[in-house]
Amino acid sequence: MNKNIVVARTGNEAMAEAMRQINPDVVAAYPITPATEVVQLFASFVADGQVTTEFVPAESEHSALSACVGASSAGARVMTSTSSQGLALMHEILFIAGGLRLPIVICLVNRSLSSPINIHCDHSDSLASRDSGWLQIFTENTQEAYDSTIMAVKIAEEALMPVMVTTDGFIISHGMERVELVDDKEVPKWLGERVVKNSLLDLDHPITLGALDLQDYYFEHKRSQIDAMDHVLPIIDKAQNDFAKEFGRHYPILEEYKMDDAEVAILAMGSTGGTAKVAVERMRENGKKVGLIRCRVYRPFPREAMLKALTKVNVVGIMDRADTLSSMGGHLYNDCRSVLYDSNTKPILKNYVYGLGGRDISIEEIESIYEELLAFKKTGKVDKDIAYYGVRGE
Amino acid sequence: MANIKELAAQKEKFLGGHRACAGCGATIAARQVLLAAQQPVVVGAATGCLEVISTIYPYTAWGVPYIHNAFENVAATISGVESAYRAFRKRGKIDKEIRFIAFGGDGGTYDIGLQALSGMIERRHRMLYVCYNNEAYMNTGIQRSSATPSGAHTTTSPAGTVIPGKMQPRKNLTEIIIAHDPAYAAQASIGHWNDLVTKVRKALDADGPSFINILSPCRLGWAYAPEKTAVVARLAMECCIWSLYEYENGKYKITVKPKEKKPIEEYLKMQGRFGHLFKLKDNTTIPDFQAEIDRQWERLLKRSAE
Repeated sequence: MNKNIVVARTGNEAMAEAMRQINPDVVAAYPITPATEVVQLFASFVADGQVTTEFVPAESEHSALSACVGASSAGARVMTSTSSQGLALMHEILFIAGGLRLPIVICLVNRSLSSPINIHCDHSDSLASRDSGWLQIFTENTQEAYDSTIMAVKIAEEALMPVMVTTDGFIISHGMERVELVDDKEVPKWLGERVVKNSLLDLDHPITLGALDLQDYYFEHKRSQIDAMDHVLPIIDKAQNDFAKEFGRHYPILEEYKMDDAEVAILAMGSTGGTAKVAVERMRENGKKVGLIRCRVYRPFPREAMLKALTKVNVVGIMDRADTLSSMGGHLYNDCRSVLYDSNTKPILKNYVYGLGGRDISIEEIESIYEELLAFKKTGKVDKDIAYYGVRGE
Repeated sequence: MANIKELAAQKEKFLGGHRACAGCGATIAARQVLLAAQQPVVVGAATGCLEVISTIYPYTAWGVPYIHNAFENVAATISGVESAYRAFRKRGKIDKEIRFIAFGGDGGTYDIGLQALSGMIERRHRMLYVCYNNEAYMNTGIQRSSATPSGAHTTTSPAGTVIPGKMQPRKNLTEIIIAHDPAYAAQASIGHWNDLVTKVRKALDADGPSFINILSPCRLGWAYAPEKTAVVARLAMECCIWSLYEYENGKYKITVKPKEKKPIEEYLKMQGRFGHLFKLKDNTTIPDFQAEIDRQWERLLKRSAE
């Protein structure tokens, strides 16, 4: 199974490499920091003849995703990339791509949403799109970003659902790491051709897409989309298992790290997962039994796996890199409280909203959070439900 | 030159049974455009009257592949379809000749869709964009657009006791498109089917982006009797309020000229949306309007003579 080539790549370079190897039929995109590099690297692959993709350098993200919808409806394998305001501008069309069940893949580089304007990482952009009918995969590092981009194409086309693969802006997108690339020939071989049932280019079987769907049918169509979301986890799992079999790297839907004997745990998404793993190791060197739950697939929400993981420990610190601005804390915190409602065993929870606008979270800070969680375990209660961690005046 | 018998003998690509109002100009435009096409076509429509009346699930009036995405993005959507087609051609997965047509109303074209349209032309997608121009947002109930002529009553430029309808002249979108130097651009009218059919064929044969702005009267929004749609459209040309011309290879050509230029009052008085202009005291609105139309007509004559 010696199919991998070891290189040094940033997250953006790794995602662009994956796109080069996938060689999609159409890429329609628009530049935005910090995702710009994905688009410009891909444009250079087009210019140098390394791919045969039709590249549509759209005049906005709205048009980029609109062109993706058109191309995907014509049966093409379609990808794009964006961040933050770009994803917000796509918002309207995200729901249309979801509703039309189009297997489009977005390489999304997480960046905070304005205002105030900021170009650095948090998850407010992707989480504002969580209800749009897209599958969302949050990656921890460059390797995972690369692998997930390839897997996303397979998942999207199997499930007939669009997929966002996210990296953390600058932290992963611009951070150079060791990456194992799959051989160029293996990627298209593993993916195969997109199987298209209905295409706009099938002149013998003309279809009408995007019909006006009123009170008498809309709900049934929406219900079928919800049903697809309810049944998509096994498709994701299968793609991940197939990928592992072929290329040797396995990813779970929900990652548990040192959870089997853990007394307290942190739940996080994205690059913080990697930082927390180092903190876990350090804590364990001092005999403290702490663990990590990393939510890799956020949409659909892995409720059963999450319930199982959360109830393994007495205290969970839920780390949200975005706030719902609802006086209810972060997204993961609310999801987890909902998951735990019917459970007989419940850990106590504290929500740490952290890292907004790219504010760094260090290993030491995560260690201090673990210390706090261990203290809560002793007293049996948290000091407060929701904390804004690492912000002045708290 | 198109032959009406030959057109009538064709299999309909935009079918009856849809929900348009009696006398709808937009549906005449859609039907004439599709009958004109001599190659297989894939079409898209922006959100608007044409979309709403033609595709109420589970029915469709479209006998050709059709997509509706959203309001402001039909140019971008069809540019994506056309890109997929080019990718498949390049990769040897498709060998048929197909043409691509995007339909948008004036709201979806002049206003909210202008950026996507500009981008599509600049990227030189080989597709035809058709604006079925009924000079207001008719689908939402007759609101002003930047295609609404001055003086017209709409629900957001109402003829009130102080303000007599829309105070601003309409935007000259066709000139904005021509400034992009498309492969082909034209103004047409549902009242001149032969001219329209010829233009659609030229546009679909042009190797690049093309645009046709089709005056498509709306009997409800313009307030005239439904059987007068074609008459109103023809009168727009005869009064030089809607000129039929084309732009090709850097040259302008007026394709249909009025035998005798009629005063705009003849056109205005047929339509309820201008009715209040005839009741104004010390009315300068109609003479001002006429002066503006004269200026535009002279400018077009000059350009087409060059």
